[in-house]
Amino acid sequence: MFSDEQAMLLDTAAEFCRKHSSIENVRAQLDADQIDAVTWQEITELGWLGINVPEEFGGLGLGLSCVVPVAESMGRYLMGSPYSGAITAGECLATSGSREQKEEWLPKIVSGAIGSMALTETNGNWILDEIEAQAVVRTDMLELSGTKCFVTDADAANFCIVSVNVGAEARLALVKREQIPDGNLHREIVIDETRRSYQLDLDGITVPVDQLLQGSDFQAIEFASLLLLSAEITGGLVGSIHTIVEYLNTRRAFDKIIGSYQALKHPTVKILLDLEAMRSHLYHAATVLAEGKPDDAEVALRMAKAHGSAAFAFAGDRGVQFHGGFGFTYECDAQLYLRRALWCQYQFGDEAYHRHLLEPMLLDQVG
Amino acid sequence: MTNTTEIELNEFREDVSSWFSENKPPDPGFLLPETFMEVSTDSQFEFLRDWQRKVYEAGYLGMAWPEEYGGRGMPQVFQDIATQEMASQRLPFMPNTIGLNWAGPLILKMGREEDKQKYIKNILSAEDMWCQGFSEPEAGSDLGNSQCRAVRDGDDYVINGSKIWTSLGTYAKYMILLARTSTGGANKYAGLSYFLAPMHVEGIDPKPIQKLTGEYGFCQTYFDNARIPADCLMGSEGEGWNIAMITLTFERGATGGQAGGIASMELNINDVVELSRRAMRNGKPAIEDPHIRNQLVQLITESRGNQLMAARARIPALATDWPAAVPMSGKLRGSELKRRMCQLAVSLQGANGARFVSEKAIDGGRWQRSYFNSFSGTIGGGTSEIQHNIVGERVLGLPKS
Ligand SMILES: Cc1cc2nc3c(=O)[nH]c(=O)nc-3n(C[C@H](O)[C@H](O)[C@H](O)COP(=O)(O)OP(=O)(O)OC[C@H]3O[C@@H](n4cnc5c(N)ncnc54)[C@H](O)[C@@H]3O)c2cc1C
Ligand SMILES: Cc1cc2nc3c(=O)[nH]c(=O)nc-3n(C[C@H](O)[C@H](O)[C@H](O)COP(=O)(O)OP(=O)(O)OC[C@H]3O[C@@H](n4cnc5c(N)ncnc54)[C@H](O)[C@@H]3O)c2cc1C
Repeated sequence: MFSDEQAMLLDTAAEFCRKHSSIENVRAQLDADQIDAVTWQEITELGWLGINVPEEFGGLGLGLSCVVPVAESMGRYLMGSPYSGAITAGECLATSGSREQKEEWLPKIVSGAIGSMALTETNGNWILDEIEAQAVVRTDMLELSGTKCFVTDADAANFCIVSVNVGAEARLALVKREQIPDGNLHREIVIDETRRSYQLDLDGITVPVDQLLQGSDFQAIEFASLLLLSAEITGGLVGSIHTIVEYLNTRRAFDKIIGSYQALKHPTVKILLDLEAMRSHLYHAATVLAEGKPDDAEVALRMAKAHGSAAFAFAGDRGVQFHGGFGFTYECDAQLYLRRALWCQYQFGDEAYHRHLLEPMLLDQVG
Repeated sequence: MTNTTEIELNEFREDVSSWFSENKPPDPGFLLPETFMEVSTDSQFEFLRDWQRKVYEAGYLGMAWPEEYGGRGMPQVFQDIATQEMASQRLPFMPNTIGLNWAGPLILKMGREEDKQKYIKNILSAEDMWCQGFSEPEAGSDLGNSQCRAVRDGDDYVINGSKIWTSLGTYAKYMILLARTSTGGANKYAGLSYFLAPMHVEGIDPKPIQKLTGEYGFCQTYFDNARIPADCLMGSEGEGWNIAMITLTFERGATGGQAGGIASMELNINDVVELSRRAMRNGKPAIEDPHIRNQLVQLITESRGNQLMAARARIPALATDWPAAVPMSGKLRGSELKRRMCQLAVSLQGANGARFVSEKAIDGGRWQRSYFNSFSGTIGGGTSEIQHNIVGERVLGLPKS
């Protein structure tokens, strides 16, 4: 179920993120214009960008499930990083790219090229192939139009993978950074300030037609995104519990340490048990995904994301409340977790959405 | 694990499975209780006792306990497989749960050699039933406040007072008894002592108490100058609190070493889903109701998380921040989940949700009865509120309430 590689990675990644993503660093990053290039360089050198890239393209070929410990650790220390986007872009190329496309891009990803996914549109729809952006083929060029949002680190990315309709079919196109005029990127104000999110206007962007990916495996994109978000949520829950417990163990009211009040203690225990369940869902999902069982993986991933979305939002919410007046301030770290939780909840489907999709899978298959 | 062992385990699983399906007891023709706590009639008791004996004699109980005391000295995994099989084949449960899973492992862990010789085999065979005398009318959650007195008199202790909610009190031959041997001491815990006490002694009188379901199964046990031999004392005087706490870790499943076997009728979320196909709400199967569908998915998700927990917690790398969280919360998670599953099962039934055990009720009213009995899990063995305190304090390190 859990490999030695994963165990080792969890150890190294936790140590790495603790070092590079102290709360001071997290806060410094909130206002920074640029990604933290030094950290990115180290992540590249550690080989973490190649974990899921097949060996023939220069990666480690360990599979997506081995990325989980890294994403979990980043979540644990609220690290803001293009990592998840890059991994998803790699996964997308590996599953939908042609041989040439993989040969061109996967080795670049392994050596630090940043990829970002441009999927969601202004209507906020989570269904990945229900989109309005267009790509029209003009001889050997693709003319793009439409608007994408929540494109993370788009300014720093070497390329974006954009979902577009070609005729009636939703497809994926790779757009290089230099093909995007600066005026087409607009920084978005999003709830999680550790995220550097952009709107990408596709109007006026034209790319060679061979940048259309050969396949269009939206399920692979969704699976990777759900797995990475679930990992981040798991780590986020750990961090949020530590933050709550620390305050509950120091703040006094009515001559007592407030952690002795059950109104605070019992919900904190609920958050802990939610975390334990979340870790179970997460590593189970990673396992069935690695075993190549897509139906089981879909159930496991949707369960993980549904459970995690609700659990992390609850933890973030209570974290603010339990800090009293201080919890209401920008200075208090509780808000960082609440913001992170809401981002994670509303990316790639919240709990209601996934439960609804689980209904037919869990309830209507007789036998 | 090597391949040979896995083959062995698979073979074993097949053997157990076929033994159980061939030896499954026939329907007794009367309603069986749901758990060991609701054994109300002699016929229920005898039926279950005979079944436990048969399972033990077939070799599927106490498999990991030492051979010299009646076990089979095998790796725990064999017993786990047998126990799982009992659950999945929906067999009747082992009535001597308190002996098998609490008193037995305790005696094996810290009893004297003669205690092990005397008690263990008869616990497994259901020859000797055991009960637990911890709670008192004024000491439940606050168990340390126990007042039942044990006074040394020559070769005996003389017991006075009463214990309450004694499950199986009328059928038990022995009781694990927490009693006060001294009223002085540094605190209320210091004067408590622990006894492996005989029940069939003059002056001990278990009086049945009716449960909210109408069933029986527990008692108030009165002690009126009851004399028990002094060598029933476990450890020494004053160690009672400590030993009681160790007993509770077995009871709550926080420590391993139990004999195995199921303690209650199997009931899981699949049963509720199955019910939702049959139970009607406003002319349609409940499973078609969007609100019910959402709730079912939530509970399936929660059950899955809970089922995966134990396996995942055995991976040390995944249990780093709070390694005790999973083992210390098993009872809390399991009992609360069961209560909510039963609640949902009742709510599937439209107006018939308001029926109780009777012919006209859906499944004979089993779900209403299960819901009521599910409180035995959220109250007995330390209430859910107390479990929250324990996890908060011992796992998260929060100050005592
Ligand atoms: C937006 C805002 C505006 C405000 N404006 C004003 C103002 O104009 N003037 C003013 O004087 N004050 C103001 N306050 C302060 C406000 O009244 C306090 O923040 C509030 O009373 C809580 O006190 P505290 O912040 O010290 O939290 P604490 O008392 O430290 O509480 C921390 C946590 O412990 C919990 N807790 C504390 N004691 C117990 C207990 N016995 N049982 C259970 N839980 C307990 C609390 O519920 C909270 O979750 C304002 C606060 C906010 C958020
Ligand atoms: C079906 C069943 C079988 C049982 N079998 C046995 C048996 O065989 N042997 C035996 O010895 N006992 C047995 N018990 C007793 C059981 O252990 C007690 O009922 C339990 O420990 C609660 O004690 P109490 O009933 O005195 O409730 P109380 O302790 O009076 O609790 C009342 C309420 O107050 C809450 N409460 C109490 N203290 C706190 C606190 N510090 N913080 C927050 N909330 C608190 C409780 O959670 C509960 O909701 C059985 C109980 C049941 C229901």
